[in-house]
Formats: sequence, structure tokens, C-alpha cells
Amino acid sequence: MLPLNAALFLSAILFAIGTAGVVVRRNAIILFMCIELMLNAANLAFVALSPYAGIDGQVIVFFVIAVAAAEAAVGLAIIIAVFRHAESVDIRNFSLLRW
Amino acid sequence: MLSQILFYFFAGVAIVSALMTVTRRNPVASALWLVGTFFALAAIYTLLGAFFIGIIQILVYAGAIMVLFLFVIMLLNLGNDFEPDFRGTVWKVMAAGSALVLLALLVRVVGGTESLLVATGGVDLVAAQVAEYGVVGAIGVPMFLDYVVPLQVTGLLLLVAVVGAVVLAKRDV
Amino acid sequence: MILRVQQTAETVVAEAQAGAFEPILLGLIVLLPLIGFAINGVAAILAARTAERRRWSSSSHHGGSEGEADEYSNETHSVMDAEPTGVVPWTHRLPSLVAPGVMLLAFALAVANLFGMMGVELEEPIVRTYWSWIPVGELQVEAALQLDQLSLLMTLVVTGVGALIHLFSVGYMSHDPGYPRYMAYLNLFVFFMLVLVLGASFPVMFVGWEGVGLCSYLLIGFWFSEKANADAGKKAFIVNRIGDFGFLIAMLLIFVDLGALGYVEVFERAPQLDYAGPVVTAICLFLFLGAVGKSAQIPLYVWLPDAMAGPTPVSALIHAATMVTAGVYLVVRASTLFAMAPAASLLVALVGAVTALFAATIGLKQWDIKKVLAYSTISQLGFMFAAVGMGAYVAGVFHLMTHAFFKACLFLGSGAVIHALHEAMHATHSHADAQDMRNMGGLRRYLPITFATMAIATLAIAGVAPFAGFFSKDEIVGAAWIGSAGELPLSQASLFGVGGGTWMGMIAILLSIAAFLTAFYMGRLMLYTFFGPNRTGEAERQHLHEVGWTMSVPLIVLAVMSTIGGFFNVDSLVPIVNLFSPFAFGGDAALHNWLHPVIIGAEEVWASNTAAIPEVHHASWPILLAILVGVAGLVLAAVVLKPQLLGTPEETPAYEGNLEKVLYNKWYVDELYQRIVVRPVWGLSRAFYSVVDRGTIDGIIDGVLGRGAMLLGLSAGRVQTGQVNTYAFIIIVGVIVVLGSIVVM
Repeated sequence: MLPLNAALFLSAILFAIGTAGVVVRRNAIILFMCIELMLNAANLAFVALSPYAGIDGQVIVFFVIAVAAAEAAVGLAIIIAVFRHAESVDIRNFSLLRW
Repeated sequence: MLSQILFYFFAGVAIVSALMTVTRRNPVASALWLVGTFFALAAIYTLLGAFFIGIIQILVYAGAIMVLFLFVIMLLNLGNDFEPDFRGTVWKVMAAGSALVLLALLVRVVGGTESLLVATGGVDLVAAQVAEYGVVGAIGVPMFLDYVVPLQVTGLLLLVAVVGAVVLAKRDV
Repeated sequence: MILRVQQTAETVVAEAQAGAFEPILLGLIVLLPLIGFAINGVAAILAARTAERRRWSSSSHHGGSEGEADEYSNETHSVMDAEPTGVVPWTHRLPSLVAPGVMLLAFALAVANLFGMMGVELEEPIVRTYWSWIPVGELQVEAALQLDQLSLLMTLVVTGVGALIHLFSVGYMSHDPGYPRYMAYLNLFVFFMLVLVLGASFPVMFVGWEGVGLCSYLLIGFWFSEKANADAGKKAFIVNRIGDFGFLIAMLLIFVDLGALGYVEVFERAPQLDYAGPVVTAICLFLFLGAVGKSAQIPLYVWLPDAMAGPTPVSALIHAATMVTAGVYLVVRASTLFAMAPAASLLVALVGAVTALFAATIGLKQWDIKKVLAYSTISQLGFMFAAVGMGAYVAGVFHLMTHAFFKACLFLGSGAVIHALHEAMHATHSHADAQDMRNMGGLRRYLPITFATMAIATLAIAGVAPFAGFFSKDEIVGAAWIGSAGELPLSQASLFGVGGGTWMGMIAILLSIAAFLTAFYMGRLMLYTFFGPNRTGEAERQHLHEVGWTMSVPLIVLAVMSTIGGFFNVDSLVPIVNLFSPFAFGGDAALHNWLHPVIIGAEEVWASNTAAIPEVHHASWPILLAILVGVAGLVLAAVVLKPQLLGTPEETPAYEGNLEKVLYNKWYVDELYQRIVVRPVWGLSRAFYSVVDRGTIDGIIDGVLGRGAMLLGLSAGRVQTGQVNTYAFIIIVGVIVVLGSIVVM
């Protein structure tokens, strides 16, 4: 058995790195990738806990992967649509919905 | 012992790759480093006994999703490092600071979990399931019995995503 | 809880003592008019709907509805406006049966109860509790009715005179488009009036008190499409609020000081208070304030003359016979309390006497026949208050009863006159004022029954023997003379440092002058209305004719009661009056004996708190004086006034000389109130509007709070940059806060 705490700590580190990326980057595609990173961090926590809490954790990870795939497909389609409009994927072009 | 060494090795790879993902200016480089993270995570899943999830991780994430990302990057011709991508220093410091605070809090929250679980028995539930149903069956049985409705809803969601992606990306609707 | 147990125990005792007598369908007496109200109310709603629909369809078909009957037309047009179709709809036929029907049934039940009660010597009131109305801690108010001699007498007057006036209304109002609505209001009024007189506690009485006020408002403003009528209704309502405030305060004081509100408990505990102390005096003064508002005494009488804007039967029922006497009833009901407060009692008597004289002077110079009767009513109510204030409670109730007869007769007679003139003027499309006596004259040839009945009622109100008013008014004035001789308990009291005997001597003089003026202005009314040449107009004269049986029968009945009503209380101890003893109903001084159990509480209070009263000595000169003033007033009117010289309003000015001007303008009291009350209130309201509301409150809301919210919104809006990174950062900060709080806790 691997150390549980080590896996959970790894999950926390990856999640924190993902958040930092989301805050600091402006490229929409890289923002998406940071979000994927955070999703994976959560997945890791599920998997690490599943031996103790039951197989359900792994089932949920499966769903998360499926939803992430759907999200990536739609999100990238949106980025393409915006790129056609603004010739850029800079997140500052996406600020028209404020106020 | 070997599995422990392998775990720490892949954990190190995952952390380094994640950091490189966040810090690379070129989106193509970021994407490839992220693929590295996913591979390392797949290995860790396998080490944790989640063989099916490990395979899916490589197939879906590293294979399908990241290929999609790279495809879009190439399509939009973003594979350069000229664009001003990072926010200013103030935001960098705030991002790092908030990430560290969050990390500290998360470590503090999950830190006590192991002793708690070990104290309540620490029996490997997954191993028993795998022994009974096999690697795929251990996940498949609950998925098609207990989680059949969420499974169908997820399928519907994927269908909607496919249609939505086509509609959004089409040039003339 | 303790109170409640006590109360129940007392009720049981009361019922045990009542012995053989069981009230017959007591609740149904009250309920019958309410049923009538429900039926007529439904008819009224349906009639209004039909009228609305007809107006719609006719205006769309004919492009205008000039000749249509207006649902809310005023008296000038309504009386003769027949239904356009010629067929009377069921909504106008049903109330003619229902409204007088329920009243007759209620009267029959009251009479049945009267016979039942006459058979037994009832010492304690009978209280019927129906349900617990306000059970809050120590405050236990039951929805209960109380039947005793006084409430039964009032019930008889209300249902009896009420039934006659309902019958009269059938003839008077049945052509009015709002007829079902009118009958519904009238039934509702009787319901509330019965609640008022039959209620077993002050709060139940207050329900009736407010209810009759509401119905009074609704009926004064019955033809509300005329602004003056609607304003008169509002005036009555608002002026009555002042009195109701007094009643409420009095109730609260009674509860605080005596711990109960039911009559039985209150009057049992009332002697525990200090005799003539500030508490009981305050209670009585506040009760009297309520009575002043409802019974139109100085200074709150101003609403009653304006209330003549309502239909005439309403004036007869509400503003002469029943509702306005509620104040007198209240004082008699609370006689134990008033006996405890001699100074307050004397004030009641004084206010009553001054009102009697004051209103009588105004009545001298009014031209509107109903206004004369309105001031006459105020004046006669003053007589009643003078009586009950001097402790002559039975005399007050006696006058209340006889006044109900002759004043209802007078009002209904004036209604018949107005009705006849209306029809005549309507037939010739004249627009003269049907209520102005200068347009009348010589009507005795055209309205013989009305003339005869009104003449009897006039003799009664003038105090000519042996008509009803002679006995009751004589008893009041006689009581004042007796009091001035120191032979009443209140003679020993004092008010403003002046002895009660002196006050009562002044009251006797005031009342005698008022009685003289009463005879004079009533003689004037009769002369100008029924004698001399007719001034209505050549063409109109052809259309003058006597009213139908529904209107003449009540007049005749009331005239008969005005004639014999005085024989209910013939005291054989009083000289001259005792000549009529052979005709007395129910034995010697029947009403005194009948009402004795009701006022025994007051007599016990006097017996224990005042020195022994010398034997009452009835002299014969006050009686002779009373007869003299009555006859003299009538004779003077006949001698001085020349109806044959009077002209129409165009020819005759309303007043000549300064005194007549002042009297015609009612001593300018309305103008005075306008100056000292209405205008300051308006000014204050405007000041509050501009300074407090617009300046302060709106200033704070708009300037500080509104601007602050706007600035806050604008500055908080800055956070919403549109930068997704920033949003993500804020989310992360939120996550840190939540996680941090978990960790810390």
C-alpha cells in the first residue's frame, strides 16, 4: 500500500499549481489546460481514497473524465468562434458581458 | 519498496510537468508538458491499484483531449511565444501567494485523513472487488447497477457537447 | 382564569335567580336583521350588475343614455324615475317583503319576551354567552347578549319604530334605483343597533356602536354621486371618531381599574372605587365624550344637521329615533358609574341643557323642513342628557321612548311632504327645493293624513297634555326643579365650586326656555308647511296628492303612540299629572317600576355616599309652567307668524336683521370649527408634508440612502472587470476563506 497522505498531498500541490495558472495566464487555451490540471488533481484524490471508501470513487473519476471531455469539446469550439471574431484567444477579448 | 520509489518518482514528474505547463509561454509547450503530467498521473493511478482509470487516463486525457487541444492550437496558429500571455508582477505574486495559502490549507485539511481511515480498519475495499469481478468488472458492475442513471445522463451530455461543438465551430450557422 | 370562573359563577347565579323566565330566541332577534341584510345585499349586488349591463347595452345601441335611470341618481331625480321597461325587477320587489318582514318578526319576538318578562319579577339581568370572543390573559370578553328591562325596552323601540320606518321606506324608496342597497343598509343598521343595546359588555356594545356609525355613514351618503351628500357622510364619520376615542379610553380605564368589561362584573365592582374620585370621574367623562359624539351634543353636534342629506326615513330611524339616543342609553347603562361621579353627572346635565337651548335657537330660523327637525332632535337629546345627568335616569329613558315616537312621526311626515312635493315638481319638471318650507304652505288640504299625524306629533313635542311629550318632558323639567330644591342626591354635589342645586335651577330655566322655543319653532314649521296659501306653484298643485298606504300606516301608528305613549309612566304622586292616572298603562309609574332593577345600582351608590334625601315634594307650579310654555310657544307662533304673507324663496330672503342672520347661519359654529380646527389641521398637514415628508423623510431616503446605494453600486461594479482571471481569483479567495474557517474551527 502506498502512503495515502503522499497521494493527497500531491493532489493538493497539483490543484494549487492549477489555480495559480488560472489566475496568472491570459491565453484562453492555457486557462483550459490549467482547469484540466485541477480536475486531474481532484481525480487523484478520488482514486487515492477509493481503497478505503469503496470503488465509487473510481466510478466518479470515470464520470469526471467524460464530463471533462465534453467541456473541452465545447470550450474549444467557443474559443474557435471567438478567435474568428477577434483574431486572438486573449482572455481580455472576452470581457463584453461585464455590467 | 519499488512501488514507493516509483510513486515518488512519478509524483516528482507530475509536479515538475505541472509547473512547466503553467509557466511555458508557448501553448504547444504547455500542452506537451500537460501530457507529461497526465502520463505521470496515469502511472500513479496504476500504482494505487486503479488500473482501469489509469488506462482511461492515457486513452481519453492524454490521447483524445490533449490531441484536441494541440489540434486547436495548430489550427489557430498559436504555436508561438510572442503574444503577451502573463499578467503583471502584482498578479503573479498574488497568484503564487493565493496558491501557497490554498496549498497550506489543503494539506492541513487532508493531512489527518490517513490516520482516520487506518484507524477505522484500513481494509483495501477495491482489492476485494477486483478479485471478484476483475479490473474492468470492479468498476463496471456498480456503474451499470448503481450509477445507471448518471451514466445515461453523461451519455446525453456528450451528445449535446458534440452537437454544440459542431454548431459553435461552424463558420456559417 | 380566576376572573373567568367568577364570571361563570355569577352567570349561573343570575340565571338561577331569573327563575321561571327564559328569554325566547334572544339570539334570533339580533340575527333576523342580519339575515335580511344578507338577502337584500345579494339583491343589491345583482341589481347593480343588471343596471351596469343595461347602461352598457343601451349606450352601445342608442349612442347615449340621457334618459336612463342612473343607479346612483340623487333624490331630485330618483323618486319618480320608473324602471325603463315598466316591469319592476325581482331585486326591487324582494326587499319590500324581506326588510319589513324581518323587522316585524324581530318585533314580535321582542314583544313575546316582554310578556314573558312581565310575568316574573326579574331582579338580575339575563346573560346569554355564545362564544368566547377575546380570551387574552386577564381580559376575557365573551360574545354575550344581556336581556334586562332596559335592553328589552330599547329593543322594543328599535324593532317597533324600525319596522314602521322600514314599511314607510317601501313606499318612499321603492322607485329608487338603489332601493335594494338602501334596504340592505337599513337592515344592517338595525342589526348593529340591536348588538349595541343587547350586548352584555362594553366591547360588544362598542361593536354595535361602530357598526351603527358605519351604517349611518353609508346611509347619509346614500346618494353619493352628489358631493355634498358624500361630504356629509364623511363629516358624520369623522366627528364620531372623536367620540369613539373617548369611549375607547373609557373602556381601557374600566378594564385597568376594575379588571372586567362585562356589565355585571363592572357594576358589581364599581362601588369599590373612590366616590367622586378622579378615576371614576375620568371614566365617566370619557364615556360622556363618546355619548356626545354619537348623540350630537355640544360641541360635537355639527354632524347631525348635515346628516339630513340622507333619505328622510334614515333621518327618522337613525338620526332621530334610535342611533342618536345610544349616548343616552350608554349613560343609563353605566348609571352606577355616573352615580359614583357626581361632578361628571352634573356636567352631563349642564351640557345637555345648554345643547337643548342652543339647538332650539337655531331651529327658529331654518327654512329646510328637515333642518328644523334635525336641530329639534339635538335639542330633545339635550333634554334627555339633562335628565340622565341629574340622575333622573327613568325620565331620560322615558323621553327617549316618547321622542322616538313623535320625532319619527315628524320625520316621516316631513318625508311624506317632501315625497309629495317631489312627485309634483317632477311631473312639471320644476327644479324648486322640495325641502324648503317657503315652497310649501296650505298642504293640509292636499295631505290630510300627514297633516293630522304631524299635528299630533307637534302637540306631543310641544308638551301639550295629554300627549306623550307632556309627560316625559314634564318629568325632566320637574326633576330639575326638584333638584334645585335640594331633593335629589346630586343636589349635594358640586361642579366648578357651584352647588348642584344651583346648577339644577339653572338647568330648569334653560330647559323651560328651550321647551318654549321648541313649541314656537314647531308651530312655525306646521304653520308654514300646512297653513296659508300654497306656494308650490300653479302647475305643481295639480299633482299634489296624499301618499300611499305603506307610508300613511306608519304615520298613523306613530301618531297613536305619540298620543298614548305618555300613559306608560303616569306618576300619581305628581299633581295635575295624576289627573291622567285612570288612563295609565301597567299601573302607577309603570316605567319607573319596570326600570327600577336597572338603576338600583345607582340608587345604592347614592344611599351609601350621600346624606339622607328629604322626602320629594312635588309642587304643582312646575307642571303648570311646563303646560304654559308649551301652549304659549304654539300660540305665539300662531299670533306672530303670518303664513299668508310668506313668499317663495325668490321673494322672501332667508333672514332679515342681524339676529336672524346669526341664527340662520347656525351661530357660525361650522365656520368657527373651520377656523380653529379644520384650517390648523390643514396647515399642519401641509407643513408636515413639505417639511417632514418631502424634506426630512424623502431627503433621507433620496439623498442619503438612495445616493449611497447608487455610489455603492457604482464602486462595487468596479470589481466586475470582465477579466475571467480576476473572477477566478475572487473564487479562490472565497475558497480560502471557507477552508480557512473550517480549519480554524
